[in-house]
Amino acid sequence: MAPEPPLLSMSGITKSFPGVRALDGVDLEVQAGEVHCLLGQNGAGKSTLIKVLAGAHQPDTGRLRWRGEEVTLRSPIAAMRLGIATIYQELDLVEHLSVAENVHLGHEPTAAGFVVRGKAARRSTAALLRRLGHPEIDPARLVGELSAAQQQIVSMARALSHDVRLIVMDEPSAALDPDEVDNLFRIVGDLIAEGVAVVYISHRLEEIRRIGDRVTVLKDGRAVAVGLPAKSTPTREVVALMTGRNVEYVFPDRPTAPAKGERPLLEVQGLSRQGEFDPLDLVVHPGEIVGLAGLVGSGRSEILETVYGARKPTTGQVVVDGKALKPGNVRAAVRAGIGLAPEERKAQALLMLESVTRNVSVSSMSRFSRAGWIDRGAELGAARAATRELSLRPDNPSVPIRTLSGGNQQKAVLARWLLRGCRVLLLDEPTRGVDVGARAELYAVVRRLADEGLAVLLVSSEVPEVLGLADRVLVLREGRVVHTAPARELDEHRVLDLVMEGSPAS
Amino acid sequence: MTQHVSPPRGSADKVPPASESFAWRGVFARADVRTLSLLGVLAVLILIGGITKPDEFLDTRNLQLVLTQASVIGVVTVGMTFVITSGGIDLSVGAIVALASVWATTVATQEYGFAGILFTAVIVGVGCGLVNGLLIAYGGMVPFIATLAMLASARGLALQITDGRTQIVSINSVLDLGERDAYVLGIPPLVLVFAVVTIIGWLVLNRTTFGRRTVAVGGNAEAARLAGIDVRRQRLYLYLLSGLCCGIAAFLLIILSGSGQNTNGNLYELDAIAAAIIGGTLLSGGRGTITGSVLGVLIFTTITNIFALNNLQSDVQQIAKGAIIVAAVLVQRRTASTT
Repeated sequence: MAPEPPLLSMSGITKSFPGVRALDGVDLEVQAGEVHCLLGQNGAGKSTLIKVLAGAHQPDTGRLRWRGEEVTLRSPIAAMRLGIATIYQELDLVEHLSVAENVHLGHEPTAAGFVVRGKAARRSTAALLRRLGHPEIDPARLVGELSAAQQQIVSMARALSHDVRLIVMDEPSAALDPDEVDNLFRIVGDLIAEGVAVVYISHRLEEIRRIGDRVTVLKDGRAVAVGLPAKSTPTREVVALMTGRNVEYVFPDRPTAPAKGERPLLEVQGLSRQGEFDPLDLVVHPGEIVGLAGLVGSGRSEILETVYGARKPTTGQVVVDGKALKPGNVRAAVRAGIGLAPEERKAQALLMLESVTRNVSVSSMSRFSRAGWIDRGAELGAARAATRELSLRPDNPSVPIRTLSGGNQQKAVLARWLLRGCRVLLLDEPTRGVDVGARAELYAVVRRLADEGLAVLLVSSEVPEVLGLADRVLVLREGRVVHTAPARELDEHRVLDLVMEGSPAS
Repeated sequence: MTQHVSPPRGSADKVPPASESFAWRGVFARADVRTLSLLGVLAVLILIGGITKPDEFLDTRNLQLVLTQASVIGVVTVGMTFVITSGGIDLSVGAIVALASVWATTVATQEYGFAGILFTAVIVGVGCGLVNGLLIAYGGMVPFIATLAMLASARGLALQITDGRTQIVSINSVLDLGERDAYVLGIPPLVLVFAVVTIIGWLVLNRTTFGRRTVAVGGNAEAARLAGIDVRRQRLYLYLLSGLCCGIAAFLLIILSGSGQNTNGNLYELDAIAAAIIGGTLLSGGRGTITGSVLGVLIFTTITNIFALNNLQSDVQQIAKGAIIVAAVLVQRRTASTT
């Protein structure tokens, strides 16, 4: 037995959401004064794990020991009391409050128990900001007026305003410039010198080499490697751990003769959006699936939404079947035959209070109506035909859509566009929240739709999905296409190298 | 599909209790629980009215009066139900009723007779709805604020037109419709209008693309937009519809009172919202029921009638109304969480 128990030890943590097992028996051990890196692809379970650690999610099973004693984190406050602070990727600051108010939110220095001592709060905030190397941030300023990088510093100051022993940082460098990253690393160095432990999440391998001590790799909700030395483990081995899969997805066969020669159905010409992605050219032929691979923040979803007209492009245009669309107009895109299965299915696609039928028919109501009067029999029949074609379960379109699994909800979205007679299908993370078993079926559906002459543009953060399903792949990094190749000529390692290669620091 | 388990006559006392509850379940499955519970509340109220004032309350004339009084606010509530179902709110309905009723009863308007009054009331209502709709749908204003501004302005304009005086209507064809023994097709005219508006409202909400779009916009505006629905145009139409209902209600009020006043329609916005909410329309949008709203209106009007018959002051009425709103919403939250 070691003389000193580890600061934190999690063992056998499981957490399931409807249809998905996000964590499947994860172990994690963090020592005081170390930078422990958490690696894994999107969907590997990193976010769920840190939410468990922050007390935001309750694990289904598993044990959590804090300095050798078993604890339960019932709420974020409980985690904070122990000295665990989390800096999320999406910052959780109140924009309309000042820096000092944000830093002390929930534990304001008070006089007589309730009068907020604003001056004391500002003074201690200023001290924290000096310690973080950002004395120029005025504690009295509104957080909404600060840059993203400055907001991150405020978020960190908030973490440090507690008596913190463990800080979780979720991709802290994603929004930072190179010299800001250097400052971040300096802060991390100071923290571990004080004996604070840091759990550091990043996609950038060379950052992990610079500041990490040990690495835990997550894959498909499991820890596949625990406590690897961060500086000496070869890159090839880390990538292999991240990608080697227990579950092999079954991808449908590609057609033997790729659908070339014909006129492209979808043409994207010089399309760009300031600050999101650089001018992009691509064509998709009927029967073809083109995939965009890239990390979060590489501009994938933004590209799809701009093609669909949900965002207004800065430059460029979208051409369907030879006709240019009115830019930034969803209705023009839908009329031209484009359909989108968006990334956030519940927030962007589904009417959760409604039946499957109504969710499917919503984009083609004019087909079942005369002078606005809906023929409900025809509507039900058409919805039934469309959902049957995709073998949606249960085989009863009158059930509420919220009772369906993620995979079947996605099929309902596809059925919507099928019914509309759409010819260009934009798929944004089509298997997010879809459990492993249902994925193969969804892949087969997408391939069949392409075989029937649809042009499909697919975006996914899961590299194997893009490689397995698409005919052609465009690799994106920071809003730019860095590589284009037929999917057969790429493998997962190559793509991961391309999307992770380099960093703002290099 | 339906469970018909009614036993043959004569063997009723041998029926096992299980099949009886089965039959009940069949009934419940068809008419939804919410509507039935509202009908239950109404039945209890009628019982209370019948017990406390058996002669006055159950008198045909009194029941006719209840329905007539429900008509004006009822028409407003139908429009309000559409707006709330779409995730919006219209605080200006009472003020629009007031403005339309005084504009339609000015000396100048009355020169054009029955048609002039009707036309003006409707056009003023639709015009106010148009302003609301443009501000909200295309000006990007929050419905609460835009219609609050309309409330203030319309009331102010109504006061300016009347100078605080009651404008008496002198058109006989209008006044005749307000007589106690006026009937059209055997029904008091106001009640007939209320019924027609209700039926059309129900059909539009449940059977037309307009209704579907309303529900979609209220349920998830972003999803509706990405599904290709013109969300802004739909919002504009909805406030136009609410304004139209206010115009019709103003005309009914003119018939009922034989006059136009700038104080008309006071707090109609609250009554209409309350009736829609206790009826089961979600304040957050995405689900609306015309049947529920109409039952909500009838419940409130019946309470008012019973309290008046029993000589209880309006302050007691207000307290009772508040309690009913709270109780209804709490009960709905419970049923929503168990289903």
